[in-house]
Amino acid sequence: MSALSFLNYWFVIILMMVGFYVLIAQGNLVKKIVGLNIFQTSVFILYISAGKITGGTAPILDTQWSVYSNPLPHVLILTAIVVGVATSALGLSLVVRIKEAYGTIEEDEIAQMDESL
Amino acid sequence: MMAHLPVMQVMVPLLAAPLCALVRNGRVAWGIAVASSWAAFWIAWEIFQVVHSTGAISYSLGGWSASEGGIEYRIDTLGTFVLMVVTLVGAVVTPYALESVGKEVDKSKQALFYAAFLLCLAGLLGIVVTGDMFNVFVFLEISSLSAYALIALGKDRRALRASYQYLIMGSVGATFIVIGIGMLYVMTGSLNMANLAILLPELSSNRTIPVAFAFLTVGVCLKLALFPLHMWLPNAYTFAPSAVTAFIASTATKVAIYVLLRLFYTVFGSDYSFLEMQLGTYLLPLSLIAIFSMSLVAIFQANVKRMLAYSSLAQIGYIILGISLFSSTGMTASILHLFNHAVIKGCLFMALGCVMYRLNSVELDDMMGLGKKMPLTMGAFLVGGFGLIGVPFTAGFISKWYLIQGALEKGLWPVAVLVLLTSLMAVVYIWKVVETVYFSEDPGSVNSDCSEAPIGLLIPTWTLAILCVYFGIDATLTTFGASSAVANLMGIGS
Repeated sequence: MSALSFLNYWFVIILMMVGFYVLIAQGNLVKKIVGLNIFQTSVFILYISAGKITGGTAPILDTQWSVYSNPLPHVLILTAIVVGVATSALGLSLVVRIKEAYGTIEEDEIAQMDESL
Repeated sequence: MMAHLPVMQVMVPLLAAPLCALVRNGRVAWGIAVASSWAAFWIAWEIFQVVHSTGAISYSLGGWSASEGGIEYRIDTLGTFVLMVVTLVGAVVTPYALESVGKEVDKSKQALFYAAFLLCLAGLLGIVVTGDMFNVFVFLEISSLSAYALIALGKDRRALRASYQYLIMGSVGATFIVIGIGMLYVMTGSLNMANLAILLPELSSNRTIPVAFAFLTVGVCLKLALFPLHMWLPNAYTFAPSAVTAFIASTATKVAIYVLLRLFYTVFGSDYSFLEMQLGTYLLPLSLIAIFSMSLVAIFQANVKRMLAYSSLAQIGYIILGISLFSSTGMTASILHLFNHAVIKGCLFMALGCVMYRLNSVELDDMMGLGKKMPLTMGAFLVGGFGLIGVPFTAGFISKWYLIQGALEKGLWPVAVLVLLTSLMAVVYIWKVVETVYFSEDPGSVNSDCSEAPIGLLIPTWTLAILCVYFGIDATLTTFGASSAVANLMGIGS
């Protein structure tokens, strides 16, 4: 077990931290959604990596193959992707309406406008 | 038909939601929403009776049993109690929505409002009935996404910002939950809660399990807005339409608490959660800070809705405090307060919705002398306020009584003192409203031509107000439900 055999998981951690950082550090509302997407994508890779078996094929019943990857994580992540798409769509549509209402999508400018009320 | 009650509980609102979106007519959609939320309440009541006479219900979705990788719906005494809470509030809030939403939401969006509302209800019910971890996540996101949309329907543009903030925080929480579930799945190969409960103790020395536990706990605590993960809540509650605030404040956080209990007691087991992970030592101080600081902040709010939002955060603190005591009395207090707080906060937010209907404002300054003009509305507010404080003969008294008893049993008398002290703080912020409403002269500017709220708003509000008093005098039904839920949970745990 070398560090390289966990290469997928290293990428998961890096992506996760990148996404989380963008989410926290960016003041632009669209960039925040991008960060959220990267953050969620890292979790998708985490699941898919866990389902992979070395030398395994797609889970199709056939006499030729006996080793196949676990299909359940894929199914779960398909659902999670749908949830992620819905979240992004809702988030972006909120950003559109925020832009209409405030005229800006920078968080600090919006906060200023609310305080001056 | 009766055998399919668990799935009907979710399917009825879930199927009614697209129906609402299709009819496009606010009034028809409202009719569908009322019918399905009452049907959901009836189903929950039937399930309550079945569970209490024959024990927990297990339902295999599509006939695939859990061992074949199917999804199991499982309702035990705790589940049926929470189902009753959610469907009761749903059944009371939907009739209320006709007038309140009619005034606060654009006519073109009303049908879609009810669609989102029913989706939210379906999601919340789904979380409670399911016995599958990934299903919990899916339903959690159904309810959360529809809640974001509902909050964004508020008239004030700050509602958009509040909704966006909630979306970001909520999605981070949900993603944490998925990470936790993924780790559990990788370690055990199962997503079924009952299976996990059997498989996890053998793995408790494995390093992945505490990490999964931490991810799940933090994720769920974000959803239930435990201090210091509560930043999204006050704005969301303040700027959402009144009916939405009344519904979400009394159900969404409660269901998240249910998920927490499920995780601690059923999935990980109480021995692991409280003895090995020492959960109590983390939750106790956090809940105490939440109770004290949020009560304090509530006192200084000029917007009554925001004041009640902070008070909600303090009440969540009380519930978590009961859980962190790790005793049957503390748990009973928590589960009782789950119900009592839902009724009390529902009543208070609905009374504020009546004020909003007439005044278009819930600022304290605009409410001067309102007691004479809207006696019934403010009467309901007063009853709810008493409940929040924990005055005897209101529901709030019963749960606080159990909570103090639970704290004293553990010898934590400073905690009991703090509970009493923060109840006094509740007296202060409720008194501020009472003083303005009943004892200040109307300056004759803002609310001079204001009259009592329409009957369609008053009946649902008073229904909850009367329940708040009823369950303060005769608490046999609630204590029975709560204590049997506790007995069941603790029985599994030990």
